[in-house]
Amino acid sequence: MAQRDDRTMRRWHVEVRPRTPALDVHGRDVLADVRQLGLTHVEGVRSSRLYLFEGPLLESDIRLLAEHLLTDPVSEAFEYREGLSTRAPADGVIEVHPLPGVMDPPALSAQDAAQGVLRAEGRERSIHQVQTARRYVILGARSADELNTIAAKVLANDCIESWFIKGFGRHDAIPDAFPAPPLRPFELRHVAIRALSDDQLTRLSREGHLFLSLEEMRAVREHFATLRRDPSDLELETLAQTWSEHCVHKTLKSAIHYRGENFGEPGQVEVRFENLLKDTIVAATRKLNRDWCLSVFVDNAGVIAFDEDYGIALKVETHNHPSAIEPYGGAATGVGGCIRDIMGCGLGAKPIASTDVFCLADADFDARRLPAGVLHPRRVLKGVVAGVRDYGNRMGIPTVNGAIYFDERYLANPLVFCGCVGLIPRNRIHKKPQSGDFIVVAGGRTGRDGIHGATFSSAELTDQHADEFSHAVQIGNAIQEKTLLDAMLIARDHTEGCLYSAVTDCGAGGLSSAVGEMGAELGAVVNLEKVPLKYSGLRYDEIWISEAQERMVFAVPPDRLERFLAVFRKEEVEATVIGSFASDGILRVRYNGTTVGELDMHLLHEGLPRRSLSATWSIKSEPRASARADVGSTTDANQLLLAKLADLNVASKEWVIRQYDHEVQGRSVIKPLVGPAFGPSDAAVLRPRYESYRGIAIGCGLCPDIRNIDDVADPYMMAICAVDEALRNVICVGADPDQTAILDNFCWPKCDSEESLGALVRACRGAADAAIAYGLPFISGKDSLNNEFSMSAEESRRTGLPRQMAIPYTLLISAVGIVPDVRRCVTADLKEPGNVLGLATADARVLPLKGAAELHRQVSKFIHSGKVKAAHDISDGGIAATVAEMCIASGLGAEVDLTPDSGGGWTTCHPTSYVLEMSEKDAGAADCPLQIIGRVTAPRPDGNARLRIGDMVDISVAELAQAWRSPLAQGGGK
Amino acid sequence: MGSVRVLVVRAAGINCDEEIVHCWRLAGARPDLLHVNELVANPRLLDDYAVVTIPGGFSYGDDLGAGVILAQRMQHELASPLREFVDRGGGVFGVCNGFQALVKMGLLPGGVFGRDSLTVTYNDSAKFEARWVKLEVCTDKCPFLGERAADTERAARFSPRGRSEPKQAAARQEPRPPLMPSGRVLELPVEHAEGKVVTATPAIAEQLLANGQVALRYVDDQGRTDRYPANPNGSVAGIAGLCDPTGRIFGLMPHPDRHFDHTQHPCWTSRTATPFGRGQGEGTPADGLTIFLNAVRHWCGATA
Repeated sequence: MAQRDDRTMRRWHVEVRPRTPALDVHGRDVLADVRQLGLTHVEGVRSSRLYLFEGPLLESDIRLLAEHLLTDPVSEAFEYREGLSTRAPADGVIEVHPLPGVMDPPALSAQDAAQGVLRAEGRERSIHQVQTARRYVILGARSADELNTIAAKVLANDCIESWFIKGFGRHDAIPDAFPAPPLRPFELRHVAIRALSDDQLTRLSREGHLFLSLEEMRAVREHFATLRRDPSDLELETLAQTWSEHCVHKTLKSAIHYRGENFGEPGQVEVRFENLLKDTIVAATRKLNRDWCLSVFVDNAGVIAFDEDYGIALKVETHNHPSAIEPYGGAATGVGGCIRDIMGCGLGAKPIASTDVFCLADADFDARRLPAGVLHPRRVLKGVVAGVRDYGNRMGIPTVNGAIYFDERYLANPLVFCGCVGLIPRNRIHKKPQSGDFIVVAGGRTGRDGIHGATFSSAELTDQHADEFSHAVQIGNAIQEKTLLDAMLIARDHTEGCLYSAVTDCGAGGLSSAVGEMGAELGAVVNLEKVPLKYSGLRYDEIWISEAQERMVFAVPPDRLERFLAVFRKEEVEATVIGSFASDGILRVRYNGTTVGELDMHLLHEGLPRRSLSATWSIKSEPRASARADVGSTTDANQLLLAKLADLNVASKEWVIRQYDHEVQGRSVIKPLVGPAFGPSDAAVLRPRYESYRGIAIGCGLCPDIRNIDDVADPYMMAICAVDEALRNVICVGADPDQTAILDNFCWPKCDSEESLGALVRACRGAADAAIAYGLPFISGKDSLNNEFSMSAEESRRTGLPRQMAIPYTLLISAVGIVPDVRRCVTADLKEPGNVLGLATADARVLPLKGAAELHRQVSKFIHSGKVKAAHDISDGGIAATVAEMCIASGLGAEVDLTPDSGGGWTTCHPTSYVLEMSEKDAGAADCPLQIIGRVTAPRPDGNARLRIGDMVDISVAELAQAWRSPLAQGGGK
Repeated sequence: MGSVRVLVVRAAGINCDEEIVHCWRLAGARPDLLHVNELVANPRLLDDYAVVTIPGGFSYGDDLGAGVILAQRMQHELASPLREFVDRGGGVFGVCNGFQALVKMGLLPGGVFGRDSLTVTYNDSAKFEARWVKLEVCTDKCPFLGERAADTERAARFSPRGRSEPKQAAARQEPRPPLMPSGRVLELPVEHAEGKVVTATPAIAEQLLANGQVALRYVDDQGRTDRYPANPNGSVAGIAGLCDPTGRIFGLMPHPDRHFDHTQHPCWTSRTATPFGRGQGEGTPADGLTIFLNAVRHWCGATA
């Protein structure tokens, strides 16, 4: 850091604003949100950006920067003043600043660029600090309280930002100095765990944010009793991170004794699973034993063969708790983290596509019923979409597939699933760090952001969580990750061979997890003072467990270190040696020479006490939690169909899709919207290698609220349906079901009751049974348990919501399948008037899974024959909505002959069925069970196409499209 | 035609380099990727190339506005070498973020228009827009879009500094009709949040049109340039791409690098007439690729 000379140190701020209100699109966007709050009297919002500088800067320097760097000469105007807090006079002002220590990427860019501009002018300056802020003038606001509401609900999130209000007698003082992050002097601290009672252990676990069970705390106590010493705080933290549900999935891996309903057959059973995950999901993969599965369950992502030279890596992660508190940052870092999983797969895969699935409460949820501490679902939706958008788009990774599922039970625990697909050379799939390799951390610097993210995910949320866990929230910097990716791929593909022997991402648990995992068989020595920091004053344990984003850890052989570091220097990515891998199986952590932790790797990875749990399940029917599906009250079939299409779970997600770049990298073949009039696609298709037409299809299945005819919700069936839906989706576009792999993401409420655990057992068995029957190996997975929220009795009365809100049992299945030739892909839009429509349904007389498996292969074969012109799977809206979507996508009409009972209800979900379009001649030669249900019709002379179903429905496609498109046209909540 | 050497500039946050390199290869050129820092350190590297390409992405995070920091990094060391490069007959091609950077450097629209005459700013919709658009070619002077016979001859005489005269065979090429005469409509995707072209005065937009510097305009089925979403960002006069007075500096917001194969068109699986016309068949070059093919044809005699 440059010598600070207070005699010349000056502080300035520059305010940049759009030259005219017409150019203030951000202000207009904010105004729309303000009005949506009900503040319809607000007339306008004027936005501006602020840059705060500290350094030996003259007025002429600031003028130069404002004019030539910070302000667009055509569309913007600026003014500057000395000091950080004095602003031009105005009333009704809200200013939003990042909290100290929160990542501020534009400030870092501005600092760097400003120094460059000054240097180019021959004015070498060391700018000490830069911060950005946003300023809004609210025109027509009526009180300071109103300004505060706007700040809290629209403009800022108090867990990462603070705001200052001026107007109506209120005048918050803006600090005139940069806030300094707290300095924490070194002091090695031990926790006297050996002397603690069980009660005290429990309290330590909760208050120290360790979130270990009593049994686990006892194991720690006993270990250190044997060693005759107390653990340092760092050692305790390391154990808590490594043993967290997030990192080891201890519930899914526990031994479970299950008693209850049988699986797929009538009667009761009693089964013991030694390791639930291994005995179900993993066992399915082992049993299928596909030679094209190149890496399963052992790495950051699973890998299947793509062709002779390349493999495809796939990983799907959740980032639920952080997104509940700060949707934008939570979703963005969820995307960033999943991308790093792909980067950290093998010796590094190149990310080529992302997926995103959200589960939320309705965007038009009554705001007056919102419990304290819960963000409104519309704000969550807007935030998570923006987070996925900004991170994915900036990384240059297309977001190609996804879903949004609405259900009130996700109100306090929204789910955010982020997936990433990578392309990896087959000779780069395996990695092994060697004793003596240097440990190199590369990418972003370490700060106080994201402390306790891994253990936080084990916590139940309450109205206090935003305060208690705000430090767990991280803000991403996609460009930093992009440069890290660029540098890594250059080092991976170096002419002299890969310049490192292993790599992993720095995610949950930070360095403690990354180094602990990589060195599990070797041991390691880490010198924490070597880790580059964002600001001084971090304590050693903060450095060790910080989950600061955009970092990867490499194992670099000594003879390759120089070349490795040279690559990173050239790409302007910081890479620093922080230690080396050992051979004695001990993890030694030092800070300036003092040992601050010394742990046996065996304890870390094998010492977790295995749990033995009981689970049960009995079939019972229960009323649906959400009344949405109940459209049975209307008898007008036209209205019923329109209502189905307008159901948020069916309605168009175009507002979201068009904010995502789904074509960057030029690999997208089937995109999220298909047909000349943009209907929904079943799955995405990509062409990973430009020189080949071989492709991959990516789809997903998710049906948390599925019921059978008796309205019984059974997690066993739910899991089968999710697998089935994922497979149907990729088959529809042309994937080969014999080269399709799947991933599981379980999102569960707490698993502390036998019933909830029984539900998990049933879902695991269902997923495994379907995987085996359909021949779909699982290659990777992840779970997120504890998705519950508790509120006071008073809040519960006020909101009419249960005191303990739990999400429905949710299983997302993601599928990736090989498409032999993308030029034969099929989309859901109708193609040609005169063609016939066929319903392909499994033969109900054979065993459900066996019949379905057969159907999937028959339909796939039919599609691959080139005779199917359009294919669409029957999903949430039933057959009628499926055909309607095919009409909407094409602008063509259809005449369909269906009775209300044909095929189990024409507007209800209909598992394992497809609607296919083909010529009449080809329909006769179809080699799959096909019931011809109708025909494609041309638009009438007036240009209007119509959908007719028997004598019940007769409606214009334009009207259908309108119903389908409007509910989420602006992000919902209208 | 493997002789056209193309420099593709890379920088932190540039993320469309891979596909644009592929497009140049498909068109028969020899592209090289180079980090902008290396080019800034040694602008003489330009001498080896016929065309410089700045791909799309979010250079340096677009943290101070789209393309601003990249423009800033290039401005001091590269603005005049690039100007000279173009004066010698070289081409500069910016796509999306690369176009934004060319505008912020003042290389576009160029000529009498300074940095304070035109900019690219936030879309009217205040959000990122990913959609396919129709573009009308509005100029005859841009070799990336097609060219007049005279230009072909001039280009054939182009010689990179320090190299011998081009081969006679190349110089004697027959002038061919342009692949994209003005008035032709092409289809490409846009993918941006800051793509709205704004001029300081309405007169500037008119002058640019009159000069033939408006290379491409967003149009709807009726040929109108001001309707959303046909014009996805609210650009004045529907401006989607600009060239400098020589035509050799060309930048556009839409992505020709994402339409190099017929399977990239959003309606390629459709057999029916679509708002985009019929899905393009195999055999004819996709609209985006045509731009690269035009450039290669123009500059093919240029480098030995």
